[in-house]
Amino acid sequence: MGRLLERLDKVDRRVIYILMAASVIVPLALKLDFPIPIGSGPSMDLYMAIDTLPPGSTVIISFDYDPSTKAELQPMAVALTRHLFGHGVRVIGMAMWPQGASLGQQAMAQAADSLGAEQYEDWVNLGYTVGAGVSLLRMGSSIEAVYPQDRDGVPYDSIPLMRDVRRLGDVDLAISLSAGDPGIHSWVMMAKDTYGVPVGGGCTAVSAPEFYTYLGTGQLVGLLGGLRGAADYETILRERIPGAPGGLATPGMAAQSISHLVIMGFIVIGNVAFIAGRSKRKGGAK
Amino acid sequence: MTMEIVGIWLGALLTLALYSFLYRDNPFYKFTEHLFVGMSAGYWVIYNIYNVLIPNLWDRLVGTGDAAPDMMMIIPAVLGLFMLARLVPKGAGLSRISLAMIVGTGAGLSLVTTFRTNCLSQVEGTIIALTGAGTGQFLSNLILVVGVVCGLVYFFFSKPHRGVIGGAANTGITVLMVAFGASFGYTVMARISLLIGQVQFLLFEWLPTIPIFRGLTG
Repeated sequence: MGRLLERLDKVDRRVIYILMAASVIVPLALKLDFPIPIGSGPSMDLYMAIDTLPPGSTVIISFDYDPSTKAELQPMAVALTRHLFGHGVRVIGMAMWPQGASLGQQAMAQAADSLGAEQYEDWVNLGYTVGAGVSLLRMGSSIEAVYPQDRDGVPYDSIPLMRDVRRLGDVDLAISLSAGDPGIHSWVMMAKDTYGVPVGGGCTAVSAPEFYTYLGTGQLVGLLGGLRGAADYETILRERIPGAPGGLATPGMAAQSISHLVIMGFIVIGNVAFIAGRSKRKGGAK
Repeated sequence: MTMEIVGIWLGALLTLALYSFLYRDNPFYKFTEHLFVGMSAGYWVIYNIYNVLIPNLWDRLVGTGDAAPDMMMIIPAVLGLFMLARLVPKGAGLSRISLAMIVGTGAGLSLVTTFRTNCLSQVEGTIIALTGAGTGQFLSNLILVVGVVCGLVYFFFSKPHRGVIGGAANTGITVLMVAFGASFGYTVMARISLLIGQVQFLLFEWLPTIPIFRGLTG
């Protein structure tokens, strides 16, 4: 037993990498499906915030991420836009990260095509803006001042959807899908706390704990945290909307669970081996 | 279709080259790393020229369409050029004027909002009634209040952490450890999610382009 623990203490890191890779590849290749229990929580709160909007409402989605966090945030973008279009809500896309505008375009165009939403009537992609919080502050008095044209160069006044949306206060809900800064922080500071616009969010798992404080104070109406948050939302859509397609995040949850078990196993083994080794060293010292 | 497959293969090979670092450092990894940095920088520069500088500065300065030229845009244009003065040692001091403008504006705009959002609202959110709700809500509120107070006591260094203050500080440490644990758990989930995303790409987009794997994963 002692020798086994000693060997485990000195295991090659590449063995750990192989086991981690296997714990992700095998469940995905075998298409394992683990249940995702949904109760009341931040994901359900965001769903309800959208579902209680009357059809014809206007929602801004800010795609504040880039391809490095696409795995976590793009499934949220797809699920949210599907829900919004299916519910008859008009969507204004924008981005405070340069590549977010392209990723948002993918998500919105994909959902719009399958649900028959018309560009410029039901949705528009305003594109990327610099300035983060400063731009949001300016949008509070005039969105056109920040976006004189949309991502494709169409002038603001020529976009039917934007005719009755002149400032942030004209929007019923703002959602920031955020991989860092600028992102949810800026939206809460400017849109919610300055102009009173309800704000929801989706974020990478790394940043989820810091945004939970905004939920307790009501500064966020709901939050999707990481791949789990995206899978939650997809599951809620499937349970509540007949015929809703499966999403991108749900198939990854089995791999997520198994890889977490492997990591927990490594943490336990590492600690047991370390403690056993320390006891042995202390015994030897005596 | 052909270009799509070329893109998938490029993505897959670059992904595998990056993961090869897990075995040991090697030229494939180095090449991909440098390619990524160079491509990102190039993409960022071009994107900002066409999506930021031209619509927000140039078009307004010269007046496109029916719009009249906006001469006020000369001010941000000059400040922007001052930033580039850092490249010339003799004129490097000019960039301080632009930086002062950025820092001053940023601080002025965010000072009040940051304090209101991240301090006042959070304090307000902690001032909650312990009674009047169900048992579950009572316990939740109690943990919140005790956790915040004890966490703050831990960072109070004007008194030795002994007796009641020591007990509260120890409780505060426990609360902080729980918070760090939650952050660590979420961080692990984030990293695994990124791995899952790339493995999904390799399994369900790249492998089906190879005839012998077609059908196995698709």
